Amino acid sequence: MGVKKNIIGYTPAINNIPHEEFKDNATLEKLIEELNEGGVNVVVAPLDRLINLGRSHSMWPLTFATSCCGIEFMAVAAARYDMARFGFEITRNSPRQADVILVNGTITTKMAPVLKRLYDQMADPKYVIAIGGCAISGGPFTKSYHVVKGVDKILPVDVYCPGCPPRPESFLYAMMQLQRKVRVEHFFGRVNKHQKDPYAEQMSKLNKELLNMQEKA
Amino acid sequence: MSNQINPQIVAAAELHATLASLKAEGYDFLEVLTGVDWGEEGLGVVYSLTKTATGEMTHVKSVCADKENPYLDSVCDLWAVAGIYEREAYDFYGIKFLNNPDCRRVFLREDWIGYPFRKDYDESQNPEFFLESEPISDKAVCFTLNEDGKVKKTETPIFGENDYVVNIGPQHPSTHGVLHFRTSLEGETVTKIDAHMGYIHRGIEKLSEGYTYPQCLGLTDRMDYLGAMQTRHALCMCVEQAMGIEVSERVQVIRTIMDELQRIDSHILFFSCLAQDLGATTAFLYGFRDREEILKIFEKTCGGRLILNYNMIGGVAHDLHPDFVKDVHRLIDEVIPHGLKEYHEIFTGNVIFQTRAKGVGVLSKDDVISYGCTGGTGRAAGWHCDLRKLRPYAAYDRVKFNEITFENGDSLDRYMVRLKEIEESCDIIRQLIDNIPEGPIQEKMKPIIKVPEGTYYSAVEGSRGILGVYLESKGDKTPYRLHYRSTGLPLVNVMDKACRGHLLADLITIGGTIDYIIPDVDR
Ligand code: SF4
Repeated sequence: MGVKKNIIGYTPAINNIPHEEFKDNATLEKLIEELNEGGVNVVVAPLDRLINLGRSHSMWPLTFATSCCGIEFMAVAAARYDMARFGFEITRNSPRQADVILVNGTITTKMAPVLKRLYDQMADPKYVIAIGGCAISGGPFTKSYHVVKGVDKILPVDVYCPGCPPRPESFLYAMMQLQRKVRVEHFFGRVNKHQKDPYAEQMSKLNKELLNMQEKA
Repeated sequence: MSNQINPQIVAAAELHATLASLKAEGYDFLEVLTGVDWGEEGLGVVYSLTKTATGEMTHVKSVCADKENPYLDSVCDLWAVAGIYEREAYDFYGIKFLNNPDCRRVFLREDWIGYPFRKDYDESQNPEFFLESEPISDKAVCFTLNEDGKVKKTETPIFGENDYVVNIGPQHPSTHGVLHFRTSLEGETVTKIDAHMGYIHRGIEKLSEGYTYPQCLGLTDRMDYLGAMQTRHALCMCVEQAMGIEVSERVQVIRTIMDELQRIDSHILFFSCLAQDLGATTAFLYGFRDREEILKIFEKTCGGRLILNYNMIGGVAHDLHPDFVKDVHRLIDEVIPHGLKEYHEIFTGNVIFQTRAKGVGVLSKDDVISYGCTGGTGRAAGWHCDLRKLRPYAAYDRVKFNEITFENGDSLDRYMVRLKEIEESCDIIRQLIDNIPEGPIQEKMKPIIKVPEGTYYSAVEGSRGILGVYLESKGDKTPYRLHYRSTGLPLVNVMDKACRGHLLADLITIGGTIDYIIPDVDR
């Protein structure tokens, strides 16, 4: 099987905004370069592209909001801004069915374990967008004793969307950035699996205990 | 008009008797209970009582005798709402309330070390965040006094041995934020709710103690974001009155109009979310369609859609946009009436909604007063608790409007109150919009704002009830203690009462119609 040195002529365009119109292409280009360092498989790359085309246009967000930014998120989901136009069809109430979690709002000390657990419960491949100042750095509450200063301390964040709250247009921009990111990923083989199963160890321990108990009985 | 208060100082031993006699005198509503750390003087509490008949207020202050081991008598036998307020004071100041049957922490984790609102609290005792789940105890804590004067702690189980307990939240689409109900069930019927809050406790009050007054303003909008205008109005008003600043007529009228626009915004969102929770997605979209029209008006004048940052101490931030009057006319004459008609057609008359709301979650008038449920929830039960009538502020004494009240206090009435209030709000705006007086939009202020020493209390009628600001100043540029009477805390507290004996599915309707906003509860 031959190996191409680069994905020739492939820009992570999405239908709605041409590649050039995004402001910060450097990050993405760097990402593509990193991904393709070892070359790309001729057969798998086009398949990747095909699958990513589909994936990037059907990202379903989790209904997750802790505070003000969540209300703007509802506005983005409603008729005027209508994120369904871009493939963020509906929000899902269960993390098991969601592809992306938009962290809308302040994450507090007490909420942190809950958020982590929600993320762990999502199925791979999964993505995180930090919405608003609070999720990025604690926002107006950085000095508080009960606020986590940025969700990136708990979750790996893919896209940051600043604002307090960000305008709905920024939400859409951030979500499209994520789509572009999804477009350049390798689906087969590598990036597909992001996270080690956080419960694997716990489960195997439990299983062993169960077996032991059964044996004893 | 000054808003300075001089709380009557009562010794801890006589506290309960004094408050009981005040209650008998007609002060039958505990509006707010504020814990304060007076440094040398000790820790204590200020009780703010209101006569429901006249709106008259009185304040009582009591300081704990022992600074190391502070305790006071609980008054939760007099007012049901005191239970939750006392838990808040215990959580933040470590004041133990004797004979409160459930004196656990309410906002912070149970394994939290220290009491963060004390002036000598050391932040490094707790990690920035925990990754392991919170330990949730099944035991309610009650403090009592032994004969030898020692405080004794007894623990009683919250749920019965055979209760089936279901967790609703903290991540649940219908709890309107991050709220956690531990619900015990008998079949499908709710027998008890134990509400856990604090998942969005941001410590706004404590933060404010380190901020100057204009900086504190920035945090108000983020508390109850559907009452952003009103909360900020309350703080501005409190500081202005404390400093003796008279704002111009123009500002008063602008603030009144903005408050009412905000109320319409909030009530429409209430409608949308309730519809969404009950599965009526179309109604949700209708509501948001109309809400966008209000946001457009806000955006033109204030620059923000949700967080508005409009009121300032001594005035407002910007003058009205030239299109303001025209846009508002369009809103109140075309968009809203048309929208309301549609809401009634598509949702109010719907059999499913009617059956799920009529006679469900009934709260009597006595209940709402005792539980301190102001706003639409109180008025649905027939309690005349509208501050715009009781203690008029801004330009409310100049306009005629009806205070909407209902009789039954069930979910349907709570819903109807809000839809009817939208009409009233339009009416208020209609009376003001065409003759907004000329004048300055901002009084001349000193570059550094200092509030004279004293204690102040002001309140406005927020979108979901009385929103009070308790401010204690030592004459500095930062507040010594700033406490908000959250509209939502009593509302969450009443959920247990309202839901008992109803189906689990009704919990969603009841919660939706009681209408709380969690960041405002947790602050
Ligand atoms: S970033 Fe601003 S709007 Fe968003 S949750 Fe934080 S305070 Fe609220």
